[in-house]
Amino acid sequence: MSASAVFVLDLKGKVLICRNYKGDVDMAEIDHFMPLLMQHEEEGLICPVISHGNVHFLWIKHSNLYLVAMTNKNSNASLVYSFLYKLVEVFTEYFKELEEESIQDNFVVVYELLDELMDFGFPQTTDSKILQEYITQEGAKLEVAKSKVPTTVTNAVSWRSEGIKYKKNEVFIDVIESINVLVNANGSVMSSDIVGSIKLKTMLSGMPELRLGLNDRVLFALTGRDKGKTVVMEDVKFHQCVRLSRFESDRTISFIPPDGESELMSYRINTHVKPLIWIESVIEKFSHSRVEIMVKAKGQFKKQSVANNVEVRVPVPSDADSPKFKTSTGHAKYVPEKNLVVWTIKSFPGGKEFLMRAHFGLPSVENDELEGKPPITVKFEIPYFTVSGIQVRYMKIIEKSGYQALPWVRYITQSGDYQLRTNV
Amino acid sequence: NSEIFELKAELNSDKKEKKKEAVKKVIASMTVGKDVSALFPDVVNCMQTDNLELKKLVYLYLMNYAKSQPDMAIMAVNTFVKDCEDPNPLIRALAVRTMGCIRVDKITEYLCEPLRKCLKDEDPYVRKTAAVCVAKLHDINAQLVEDQGFLDTLKDLISDSNPMVVANAVAALSEIAESHPNSNLLDLNPQTINKLLTALNECTEWGQIFILDCLANYTPRDDRESQSICERVTPRLSHANSAVVLSAVKVLMKFMEMLPKDLDYYGTLLKKLAPPLVTLLSAEPELQYVALRNINLIVQRRPEILKHEMKVFFVKYNDPIYVKLEKLDIMIRLASQANIAQVLAELKEYATEVDVDFVRKAVRAIGRCAIKVEQSAERCVSTLLDLIQTKVNYVVQEAIVVIKDIFRKYPNKYESVIATLCENLDSLDEPEARAAMIWIVGEYAERIDNADELLESFLEGFHDESTQVQLQLLTGIVKLFLKKPTETQELVQQVLSLATQDSDNPDLRDRGYIYWRLLSTDPVAAKEVVLAEKPLISEETDLIEPTLLEELICHIGTLASVYHKPPSAFVEGSRGVQHKRLPGTAGVSEAPPAVIPSQGDLLGDLLNLDLTPPTTTGPPPPTSGMQMGAMDLLGGGLDSLVMLCDPQMAAGFGAPPAVMPTSFNAPVSGGLDDLFDLGGGVGMPMGSYSPPKTVWLPAMKAKGLEISGTFARRSGVIQMEMTLTNKAMSVMTDFAIQFNRNSFGLAPAGPLQVLTPLSPNQSIEVSLPLNTVGPVMKMEPLNNLQLAFFIYLFFFGFGLYKFNCPNMASY
Repeated sequence: MSASAVFVLDLKGKVLICRNYKGDVDMAEIDHFMPLLMQHEEEGLICPVISHGNVHFLWIKHSNLYLVAMTNKNSNASLVYSFLYKLVEVFTEYFKELEEESIQDNFVVVYELLDELMDFGFPQTTDSKILQEYITQEGAKLEVAKSKVPTTVTNAVSWRSEGIKYKKNEVFIDVIESINVLVNANGSVMSSDIVGSIKLKTMLSGMPELRLGLNDRVLFALTGRDKGKTVVMEDVKFHQCVRLSRFESDRTISFIPPDGESELMSYRINTHVKPLIWIESVIEKFSHSRVEIMVKAKGQFKKQSVANNVEVRVPVPSDADSPKFKTSTGHAKYVPEKNLVVWTIKSFPGGKEFLMRAHFGLPSVENDELEGKPPITVKFEIPYFTVSGIQVRYMKIIEKSGYQALPWVRYITQSGDYQLRTNV
Repeated sequence: NSEIFELKAELNSDKKEKKKEAVKKVIASMTVGKDVSALFPDVVNCMQTDNLELKKLVYLYLMNYAKSQPDMAIMAVNTFVKDCEDPNPLIRALAVRTMGCIRVDKITEYLCEPLRKCLKDEDPYVRKTAAVCVAKLHDINAQLVEDQGFLDTLKDLISDSNPMVVANAVAALSEIAESHPNSNLLDLNPQTINKLLTALNECTEWGQIFILDCLANYTPRDDRESQSICERVTPRLSHANSAVVLSAVKVLMKFMEMLPKDLDYYGTLLKKLAPPLVTLLSAEPELQYVALRNINLIVQRRPEILKHEMKVFFVKYNDPIYVKLEKLDIMIRLASQANIAQVLAELKEYATEVDVDFVRKAVRAIGRCAIKVEQSAERCVSTLLDLIQTKVNYVVQEAIVVIKDIFRKYPNKYESVIATLCENLDSLDEPEARAAMIWIVGEYAERIDNADELLESFLEGFHDESTQVQLQLLTGIVKLFLKKPTETQELVQQVLSLATQDSDNPDLRDRGYIYWRLLSTDPVAAKEVVLAEKPLISEETDLIEPTLLEELICHIGTLASVYHKPPSAFVEGSRGVQHKRLPGTAGVSEAPPAVIPSQGDLLGDLLNLDLTPPTTTGPPPPTSGMQMGAMDLLGGGLDSLVMLCDPQMAAGFGAPPAVMPTSFNAPVSGGLDDLFDLGGGVGMPMGSYSPPKTVWLPAMKAKGLEISGTFARRSGVIQMEMTLTNKAMSVMTDFAIQFNRNSFGLAPAGPLQVLTPLSPNQSIEVSLPLNTVGPVMKMEPLNNLQLAFFIYLFFFGFGLYKFNCPNMASY
């Protein structure tokens, strides 16, 4: 079905820890992984699947580790990658950082987790909050009587345990929209979309039933309402707690939330958005002598809003030197290890326009290595505002004990993959 | 070894804490790869403990070393049996889970009783673990599992009240069924399907994947059942886990085949598929890659789903190379007149990047656009010329390769660029680019003043060239000779002798001899063969073969869909496993035209020639037919050509050298192979191209029987592929076919197999393997073939129809 074995390797390809789930592949096959990977890297043809004879390695990289699943069957590849990323998530929640040291320092727990997360190649319980109820780092202190499987593991509600108690029942809702933009060198927007995410921090007792109301156009059309601004969500993805069939039939978002922080849903909106921060750039390269950069940034959003922590990252040739900057606001910095000028503006009000000029020297002997054409990228956040106009209309919270709970909502818009191609 | 000794002492300590620390140290040593198997008895002694952590560590040790110490592994059996009855379900599950991982044949029978109990355990956590254990045990000893009746218990668990138990039981059964394809384990029926669909709503994300993957193996009885399953699966498209989404897409893509196209729901479903596929592109890069490889298949099978989504496939600077290359491929597949301007602008941008593989593919993509979207051809050519001006070596070579294809698609339209191409002749060092250039020069020899000089310049290093270039040079010079015979006799003699006398390559020699004979016997025929009008190439050349595509759609999300290969091509032991097929639509005539029905496993066979033994109705083993064909070329069968081979008739040629007959005998892939390849020319993957079917016999002329057909070569065997359509009012039966004498001695290698009577308005696909042992008669034109077709019609009685298949040598 998926993996015969899972390995965690260091950067040199040495096995730090592994688990043989099916016993149908020789574990020594892993020795072929690193040489093949290096060969692919050299050829510039890196690929997430590497095969050696009948054995296939599906791998991801995380900090200084490779996580590799090995199989000799026609495995479900998307399941394997999802699982490997889940491993990263679980290990990170257990050890804060997932890296070589944390694996070595916690090998007992890692073995226990590997045993619990997957059986015979089938992923099992992978919810780290639930796992933490019966696999702990202080295993030694546990009395046998206490170490029981939480019923949650096999419950239909496998993401929330019973008996959770809070003095004050609250839920915090963050609506975060990321803007992805790709602008051509001649200034036309090639593609743009909004990826939204609704995150919850749930501090609620018991087993509450929640219902989230959004100004979803399809819902409004279904119920015959047509008041106010609505939003068309192109695609919606939900946390497994949301009843998908219910949403499919009447667009109701109903669920029993996981405790603490979680991403309830994400959505994608295709409407053409005006890039919130517009960049015009003139980059002139005079070979053997200098590069002149002029960048104009314009806030194309409401005057009342302010973009915070704006960063405009402008690529420069790798052999550039002696930077000089002039900015109408904020400050510019040269980051030679990334071949970038980073222009930072702490607070950028809507409708305003700012300017940055940079001058670099170029060596008289030209760098004969070909360089790519990295785009200008922009980072920003605009609080109290969503580009799409999406709104949380209500969050209904019902628990059988009948407590009153308060939902809090916060909106923020930020840059996602925000790229503007340049001519140079 | 003092370390082992020390550990041994600590393991046998009376103090619990010390014992546990010692086991931890043993595991730590095991983890860093030290061999601690010598401690087996001491570690197993620690197994009986009420400390859970210690127990887990000992179990872990057991799993690692039991196989190397099978005799001692028996020591552990008692504890397993006992632990399976522990009051704590965590321990019961742990025991049953570990038991199955001790892959020692000797102890498996001791495990049956504990397993049986655990399968019926009151706690679902134990049951779900036991379900998986059945699959483990089956892997070690299938017979035992069957004898013990565990498979039936496993099937019962599909009706378990707990969704996670259901999901694991489904996973275990699917796993067993996959390794035992004939076990009929998963006899899915509407009742079980209903249970699975109910569990689908309640189990974990992974469980949902097991269930969806299992559902994908089911074939609904009719379109209504198909629709109702689709309706219950579509909500999964909103799941946050990409793997759940892809597995749902697989089920939908498969079941959709059964829905009538005019059904409203069919349209709704198509619309529902696009957004989740696009969203997969915001997943992690590796998942994006899997998604893109699958989208590539989906776009070929159902282009309408993503036809408006071009821009999401635009390449971003920070995309990993494997994502970039896949996006590029999909961009071309989606290119249409509506979006071509945007696409070309993007491709031009990519072609100036620095990543060589990406740039090459971008250049190639421009050529593919030109072929795909006729209106854009001119713009594509001028873009390519701009790129050639950059003089970046690999860009130039790639551009020349694709311009050759553009010439093939639009003959006599863009020769004005040949001059520019010729300027770059010296910089070409890659075989493909050299071969392309030679092809262009040969093809347009009459318009290139110094064509002979250009071709001659390649001839100097003939033996150092790759086969591809040699073959092309041979054909190119023969073309040149046929076009400008007066000035190029010497050149053609030279290349013929290089190819036939100095080369070890049988293909090259054969082609050389064929040309030589043709030229020396009948230059007019030579002209007809060598300069025959070539079929236009189309974008179909890089489409995945339809039967393979169907199979891959059934494997969406898996490695097969990533490799674009059937599982039988890369999974050991899957030989003889049935290739998965899409279910058929309600009416035969509704089948999408691109799909070749029947002939199910052709491509599988192509990729894996030794896989399936030829069935009685299938084509005969390729070698015998070809060998006979080759011999026939020499023997009396080819009387016309042999007769013409009189040296005195060889106008201006020396007679073929005396060694010729033996050389003719030698290669098994006989002359006919090459003959059939002549017109095909460059860039055509051998045997994968067959021209679309044309109507050979219109219904009007044959009391309602319409025959359209084409020739193809599959697995090395020439096949005549025909569609027989009954457009009459009555049933047709008793089909037979006869070949009249023809230039190539083509004859059927077996009887025409049309098993069913053909009802009115029914079509049937027939594929007839051919060989070349039939009587030979030179036809005018050479590639004409006359067939006689017998049918029996109710009301009309027998009918005999003669007709010609035009252009059979043109592929």
